[in-house]
Amino acid sequence: MELVLQLFNGLVSGSFYALLALGLSVIFGMLGVVNFAHGAFYMLGAVGAFVLLDTVGLSWWLALVVVPVVLGLVGMVFERLLVARLVRLDPLYNFLLTFGIALILQDVVRLRYGVQSQPYSRPELLDGQVNLGLFVYPKYQVFVLVFSVVVSVLVWLVLTKTRVGMIVRASTERPELTRALGIDVRRWVTPVFGFGIALAGLAGVLAAPMRAVNSGMGGDLIITIFAVVVIGGLGSVFGSVAAGYLVGMLSAVGNLYASAFSQSLVFVLMALVLLLRPAGLFGREEGVRA
Amino acid sequence: MLRVADLTASYGEAQVLQGVSLDVAAGEVVTLVGRNGAGKTTLLRCLMGLHRPGSGRIELDGRDITKLPPHKRCALGLGYVPDDRGIYSTLTVEENLTLPPRTGPDAWSLAQVYETFPVLRERRKQAGTHLSGGEQQMLSVARVLRMGARLLLADEPTEGLAPILVQQIGEIIRTVKEHGVTVLLIEQNIHFAATVADRHHLIAQGRVVESLDNAEVARREHELLEYLGI
Repeated sequence: MELVLQLFNGLVSGSFYALLALGLSVIFGMLGVVNFAHGAFYMLGAVGAFVLLDTVGLSWWLALVVVPVVLGLVGMVFERLLVARLVRLDPLYNFLLTFGIALILQDVVRLRYGVQSQPYSRPELLDGQVNLGLFVYPKYQVFVLVFSVVVSVLVWLVLTKTRVGMIVRASTERPELTRALGIDVRRWVTPVFGFGIALAGLAGVLAAPMRAVNSGMGGDLIITIFAVVVIGGLGSVFGSVAAGYLVGMLSAVGNLYASAFSQSLVFVLMALVLLLRPAGLFGREEGVRA
Repeated sequence: MLRVADLTASYGEAQVLQGVSLDVAAGEVVTLVGRNGAGKTTLLRCLMGLHRPGSGRIELDGRDITKLPPHKRCALGLGYVPDDRGIYSTLTVEENLTLPPRTGPDAWSLAQVYETFPVLRERRKQAGTHLSGGEQQMLSVARVLRMGARLLLADEPTEGLAPILVQQIGEIIRTVKEHGVTVLLIEQNIHFAATVADRHHLIAQGRVVESLDNAEVARREHELLEYLGI
């Protein structure tokens, strides 16, 4: 019983891993850029929801729409203005750029709100508990899980069933060839980057009522997210989502049986995956770019 | 249709093209023949806009396209068949066919493609790279026909194929020609080249050293074979 409950807890925290890893993975696939600022945009999502509530009284439900859209636009400007200039150089340059941006965003928030966490209460509709048969569980957490699964499935459908998805897949696999087949790949890079950032912002808004809202919340998470993306297979969208939920459950179960090691379990899994399947659980060798 | 004048190109320090000039007239099938490293692939990549030439000029129907990005060249009627066939593993056969936008009025319909290449219809739901080498080549050519390309740039489509498949590629190229598509083809196999093409450009050390017609190729076969080191 305790195990089932922990597995469910794991799926809920895995929801955040999945949404973040999904955005990171799509961005990496399309641009070949490892976005170190992804955690900072997640933090901005949560802080943004808090600020909008605090200043103009914007409800959580509206924040769930407004914040990701705004952050997505910010992401597009960020890509156009900065990332795009470095994309032809050694990947290390964008590594440094996004890392620097992450530090700047964190410090700006710290400057205004300090390091202590800001309170954010659950939306009324999702307050309280729900009986899931095996156990009683907070409504809000159930909503987070269902919502993240729905978003992941929608993204997957867009990628596999639509023309836009086909272009993204083609550009991820062979960017140069795709240009030579008449597609203006650069036109798609900026929206895809913005979309990945919007997903991070969405995860942040979802996190606000159940996690501590503070400037450091993204930095703590991003290292785990990198491990998730590596386990799932760099650039593999399905892999990063599946690995997100998997890692969530692994840490939760680890917490139950060996709480001292639960933080390091994910990195042990990453090391094992790298040893046995270097392309990741769902990555294909030929699909992986250097 | 295509005119290349004094085109130079380099990879880092190494100058690969030393001033290539050539013409391809509408409706012709022309080959580029030469040893490995002579600069044939680089020339094709320059024509497609994938490699930036150092100097020189590329004209399509009298229009200077030297500085156009690849997708705009496609819009003007270029179609590219890369040396590794360029089939996507994350796309199905049908998606591989329908990925490029239609760029010309003579773009083939899917039905037309499937009628000409029935095996592609049978396998349309499979991943592109599950096809055999010959089928992938077929797919790569069919893809640019569906685009409606008027000038096909093909980088050694027969490389590594069994003789029976090479014959099949020959038939495909003749079909393409019958549809009024112009073809510039890299080819090492001069026997094969003579069966599908009208003219041949011999490339050496980054230059067109000679242009030959089929009769000349037949007459000087031994010399050419020796020269190509085959």
